[in-house]
Amino acid sequence: MINIENLTKKFGEINAVEGLTFSVEEGEVFGFLGPNGAGKTTTIRMLCCLISKSAGEATIGAYHVGKETDSLLIRKMIGLVPDNVGLYEDLTAFENLDFYGKLYECPEGPRRENIERFLKMLDLWDRKDARAGSFSKGMKQKLALARALVHEPKILFMDEPTANLDPESAKTVRDFILELKKQGRTIFLNTHNLDEAQRVCDRIGIIKTKLLTIGTPEQLRGSLSKPKTEIRLAQVTETMLSTLRRLIPNKIEVSDNKLLIDVTDPDKENPVIIAAITSTGGQVREVTQIVPSLEDVYLQIVKETK
Amino acid sequence: MRISKAWIVAAKDIRVFLRKRYTIYSLVVFPIIIGIGLPFALNFVISRQGALLSTQHLTDLMNAFAFFFAIGASVIPTLLASYSLVGEKVENSLEPLLAAPITDSELFLGKGIGAFIPSIGSLYIGSIIFMALSDLFTHSTLGYYYFPNWTIGILLLILMPFISVLSVEWSVIVSARATDPRAAQLQGVLITIPLFFIYVATEVGAIKLNTSTIWIISGAAFIADIILFFLSTRTFQREEILTKWT
Repeated sequence: MINIENLTKKFGEINAVEGLTFSVEEGEVFGFLGPNGAGKTTTIRMLCCLISKSAGEATIGAYHVGKETDSLLIRKMIGLVPDNVGLYEDLTAFENLDFYGKLYECPEGPRRENIERFLKMLDLWDRKDARAGSFSKGMKQKLALARALVHEPKILFMDEPTANLDPESAKTVRDFILELKKQGRTIFLNTHNLDEAQRVCDRIGIIKTKLLTIGTPEQLRGSLSKPKTEIRLAQVTETMLSTLRRLIPNKIEVSDNKLLIDVTDPDKENPVIIAAITSTGGQVREVTQIVPSLEDVYLQIVKETK
Repeated sequence: MRISKAWIVAAKDIRVFLRKRYTIYSLVVFPIIIGIGLPFALNFVISRQGALLSTQHLTDLMNAFAFFFAIGASVIPTLLASYSLVGEKVENSLEPLLAAPITDSELFLGKGIGAFIPSIGSLYIGSIIFMALSDLFTHSTLGYYYFPNWTIGILLLILMPFISVLSVEWSVIVSARATDPRAAQLQGVLITIPLFFIYVATEVGAIKLNTSTIWIISGAAFIADIILFFLSTRTFQREEILTKWT
């Protein structure tokens, strides 16, 4: 659905985005993670034909980004939720959506049906005749979501849709994204929120001007750090440690009465480790399997690029 | 270029203008002051000078007062266009708007029509009131109804639209750099200065405002329209708007 090859954007001498290459499949929720100024918004703006690319190629469906004649066709098939909601505060919720529905050439009947459907889905139907300026931040964000969907776009670009929202509103927005995912909509999601990315995205790309890594949340978690087994004991003894070191070559960290052991295959290695500990008279109080979180992966990758 | 797309933007802008107290004042106050205030000023002059006031002086004065509609055509569209363009900036609504399937020229035209129609509409209503009241107050002195005539006809139908277009184009140029609607409006109303010079010139007798003069001023406004059109369309580029305006 989205194919990007060596996509680059320069502002003067500064590279905002450099040599991005990846693709997003139809029906996929793709998460774009990165620190502030990493080039996430610039990438979305290029793909939405809002700003030109400096180099590289990008296609949305069958259309080429940057080709004048294709720009309008691309804009027609996408929806954008920008980081600033950008509603017309003096217009009502219905008028805001109706204006965009008309701009996207949505015929009156389907337009009204879609407005009603999305406002009902987002619990805003009762406030359809209220001025958007009177809405809370969460309601505005939901209205911006409805606005991006009113013309039934094939691809939805979202730029940090839950930033600055309270947990309840953020959950509503996240649940709505999951609902759209169920409907098979292609979603390109810029986010800072690692938990959100892990919950809703099929694949994640980490960017810091360049694309640092890409994969499913599971692949990313597994790609960098090995899982660890944490064992809490009654007491750690020298005999126990020397037995373990003889038995397994893995890294062993000791802290108070805890052992933190790198493992490759926990199912196979953990019983051996426990048996070795008990054979030296050790008393196991608790065994915990520690899998690196997406946050660990993200921080490690971003740190490595500094 | 699809006029229908431009009209969607214009209709939205007009709807927004009619909901903002500030823009309603802009649309109502100026035409009312000229439409009602100036005929009463004429009436005052007639009552004070009586037989001393020559017919020529009276008609010159009426033409000079009518010229205020040309000045109005430079002020009101500037106020609305600046509010519309910088307002989009302030409300952060430019990005979703620019992401919609609309070309730069359709958007530019829509913004122009949105500022043009209410301004010219309110000025026409003001001019009808002005002509009716002026005729009412001057009929006994002149012995005939002075308005409508060719001079005000050309002024209202040719010069006023040209100046309105000019002020919209000027607003686009100044709005590109302004971050606040009031700042854009302050810079925008600079467009009225040449028109005030013309008014002052008529008052001191350097220029006589008649049909020929109005044609010449209209021609100058038309040429300025074309020049500013190229400058403003160059400013009104999607990427320029998004990266430099915001």
